[in-house]
Amino acid sequence: MIKSLSPNKRASLGLLLFAVALVLAPWIVGHAGGNTWVRTLDFALLYIMLALGLNIVVGYAGLLDMGFIAFYAVGAYLAALLSSPHLLQQFPALAALLPAGMHTSIWLILPLGALLAAGCGVVLGAPTLRLRGDYLAIVTLGFGEIIRILLRNLDRPVNITNGPKGIAQVDPVSLLGVNLGRTQELFGLRLPSVYLYYYLFTALVVLILFACIRLERSRIGRAWVAIREDEEAAQAMGVNTVRLKLLAFAIGAAFGGVSGALFASFQGFVSPESFTLNESIAVLAMVVLGGMGHIPGVILGCVLLAALPEALRASMGPLQQALFGQVLVDPEIIRQLFYGLALILAMLYRPAGLWPKGVAR
Amino acid sequence: MNAPLLQIDHVNKHFGGVAALTDVSLSIQPGEIYGLIGPNGAGKTTFFNVMTGLYTPDSGRFQLDGRDYQPTSVHQVAEAGIARTFQNIRLFNAMSALENVMVGRHVRTRNGLWAALSRHRRAQEEEAQTRAHAHRLLAYVGLAGFANYRADSLSYGHQRRLEIARALATEPRLLALDEPAAGMNASEKVQLRGLLEKIRDDGHTLLLIEHDVKLVMGVCDRISVLDYGQVIAVGPPAEVRQHPAVIQAYLGASAHV
Amino acid sequence: MDGFIQQLLNGLMTGSLYALVALGYTMVYGILRIINFAHGDVLMIGALVGLSVIRLVQAAWPALPPVLVLLCATLVAMAVCAVLAVVIERVAYRRLRHAPRLAPLISGIGVSLLLQTIAMLVWTRNPQMFPQLLSLAPIEVLAGASAHPAITNVTALTTIAIALSVMVALLVLVERTRFGRAMRAVAENPQVASLMGISPNRIIVITFAIGGALAALAGIMMASNYGSAHFYMGFLPGIKAFTAAVLGGIGNLKGAMLGGLLLGLIEALGTGYLGAATNGVFGSNYQDVFAFIVLIAVLVFRPSGLLGERLATRA
Repeated sequence: MIKSLSPNKRASLGLLLFAVALVLAPWIVGHAGGNTWVRTLDFALLYIMLALGLNIVVGYAGLLDMGFIAFYAVGAYLAALLSSPHLLQQFPALAALLPAGMHTSIWLILPLGALLAAGCGVVLGAPTLRLRGDYLAIVTLGFGEIIRILLRNLDRPVNITNGPKGIAQVDPVSLLGVNLGRTQELFGLRLPSVYLYYYLFTALVVLILFACIRLERSRIGRAWVAIREDEEAAQAMGVNTVRLKLLAFAIGAAFGGVSGALFASFQGFVSPESFTLNESIAVLAMVVLGGMGHIPGVILGCVLLAALPEALRASMGPLQQALFGQVLVDPEIIRQLFYGLALILAMLYRPAGLWPKGVAR
Repeated sequence: MNAPLLQIDHVNKHFGGVAALTDVSLSIQPGEIYGLIGPNGAGKTTFFNVMTGLYTPDSGRFQLDGRDYQPTSVHQVAEAGIARTFQNIRLFNAMSALENVMVGRHVRTRNGLWAALSRHRRAQEEEAQTRAHAHRLLAYVGLAGFANYRADSLSYGHQRRLEIARALATEPRLLALDEPAAGMNASEKVQLRGLLEKIRDDGHTLLLIEHDVKLVMGVCDRISVLDYGQVIAVGPPAEVRQHPAVIQAYLGASAHV
Repeated sequence: MDGFIQQLLNGLMTGSLYALVALGYTMVYGILRIINFAHGDVLMIGALVGLSVIRLVQAAWPALPPVLVLLCATLVAMAVCAVLAVVIERVAYRRLRHAPRLAPLISGIGVSLLLQTIAMLVWTRNPQMFPQLLSLAPIEVLAGASAHPAITNVTALTTIAIALSVMVALLVLVERTRFGRAMRAVAENPQVASLMGISPNRIIVITFAIGGALAALAGIMMASNYGSAHFYMGFLPGIKAFTAAVLGGIGNLKGAMLGGLLLGLIEALGTGYLGAATNGVFGSNYQDVFAFIVLIAVLVFRPSGLLGERLATRA
């Protein structure tokens, strides 16, 4: 029956099924494993946003950014500073100005986070984008570490980031007066906070996906891939490679900033330890394993590497408990094992990823 | 004589203490196929790289269509109107043949970030024109049926043609080809010659840097001969062939002049 | 200048360790043109293997003098890490020799994660106490010259002495022996070298082995000086040693040594003086930022490094 449909209708049907699955996913997952699992789903969505951003930089433009998590950190700290009591506690003058407290709307935080992260991307990229690929990777790694060290230490001389302790009491997202941090009732349905965030994140992922797909199939997207394939030839065709690489950096960073801001509001807390090199590598592993430059592949990579460790965490602990009477291997270690193996095996056996871009004949 | 399309005067280029180009000048008329030949290491490729912005010359004046251009960056030279191909073919391998040519349109189109995201009417029109233009060029070089093939899946001869189509997509005033016959067999060379003549007859100007003296002598309207970084002869093939300095330069290279 | 000699000594000590590790990066880069991202983690494995050997030997022969125990541990760790480095080359890099430049880097990152995972499984996630087998008793330097004499100890002095002599030995090996000539030939042009009867694979294997052994040596000396070892101890020294290699001019042995010592001094003097100037606000907690800033500055302004050939434009 499906075969008798025209390709266009089949595509629409597929999209419809996918949308239904997206809407139902938290209910199915939540029914099977409870709210913890929906929370995992929420984090997977944040990773998808991050990975889609990194995919623009690594997948399209071919620039290996190993400090990508820094942009996530920039967005997260911006959200934390603008919607927590921290700044007001530090600066009484500010507190006098804002007697109701610092509660910046998410509608302002998201674009600001995107802009600030994009700005950081440009500032980092401008001097470094002429570097050869592997040097660029190490420089971006250094940049990521510098940001983290700054976040750890900028509690002196003026307390901006609150140092290693991090910033707590970040406001949850509030949309049109609905607080996503609390369970809400809708048409008699009880929607716990993790469900509400799920729908918000899904909406933003769809938005970012939409942007990525349109970018990929545009003059800009073609120029990016051309740069990745042969930078000198792209220049000879009149592509201003420096400007286009900067654009890739900025857009990728903006997506990172948006997801960081959402992360801060979702967690209610940020600290420098959420933004280590290992997180940058985790996002890179998702992009590489799934398929650099291919959106469905990247999403597959995220789902595999974000959900699988959680599944392990949930299953391995009790399993070991049952078998050996104690937890011998920390699930966190197993998670890292997976990331390491994913990177090596992908490079050796599937350099284009598990779900590479369909090859034109 | 008409005003030259490309006028390059007194180019010098040193690498360390070695003079790679000494006082090289070149003048190409609109609508001709111009050849630049010379034995190995004569400075052909260096000159080519200087003129297309890859190397910065020590001195020299560059004019295209009566206007000065500074070969300071590769993409600006392309924008000014010189498109090139590469000696060892350099296509965007993971892209289709059509997309390769569409990248060539980059410099003559304007769609930016907002156009990509919003796909407003003008953006869609430009995209459609880009696509149609690329299809026309593929057909023009004889690759009409290959639009959706990956560039690296094409045969060698087809890849050469695709590179030429991609260069033509930038609407160049001058099409500069770096050893287009390299690695081709006899029948491919005949076809290439036909294509080059067709491109010229359609009003384009071509500069050919070529090892294959027979091809150059057959297809070019005028020729410059480089040796040791200096121009030793200029003129139509029949004259250059008789030039004592040229015979001298090529004797050691055992080429059939 | 009270603190100057002290900072100089500190810088010399860490700098000579950076130099040892930087040699591994630079030799591999010189031959294969790849950044061996897992090199820092080889150092970490070296320190932890050394720790286990010390524990075993001390349990088996409690009467053995500490110096011999340390020597034994060092030799075993160097051997293990030489083999480990060779295995890494064989598994993660050899297939990717002609792949795009980013491929071996990404698989190297994978190896780095894997080694850390293995270390966590074997030695747990907690820092392990590393026994102080050489004396840490303070030695005053230039005691009469100043009110606050600089302080060092036998461990630190031994570290500097061993590191410097190993570096000199390596230089002699590369510049004066048949093997060294073969190595330089492969770095210059593997095809031509193999035509001359040199097996590039053999040279590459030996290069990785030497790099691994040097990293293990550095790891043990580092752990001896700081008194602890843990699964993440390889990351920062690794990245700093890479910085040192780049600073000196990657691919250049003397450059790596110079870069290592220089970076150690920059860090020590930089944090010392900046810390003093700002009343401790920008003190040792910013030490790592120095290395990263040096790295970025060198790569942006002089990617060929102090003694390096111009590699920046090479495709």
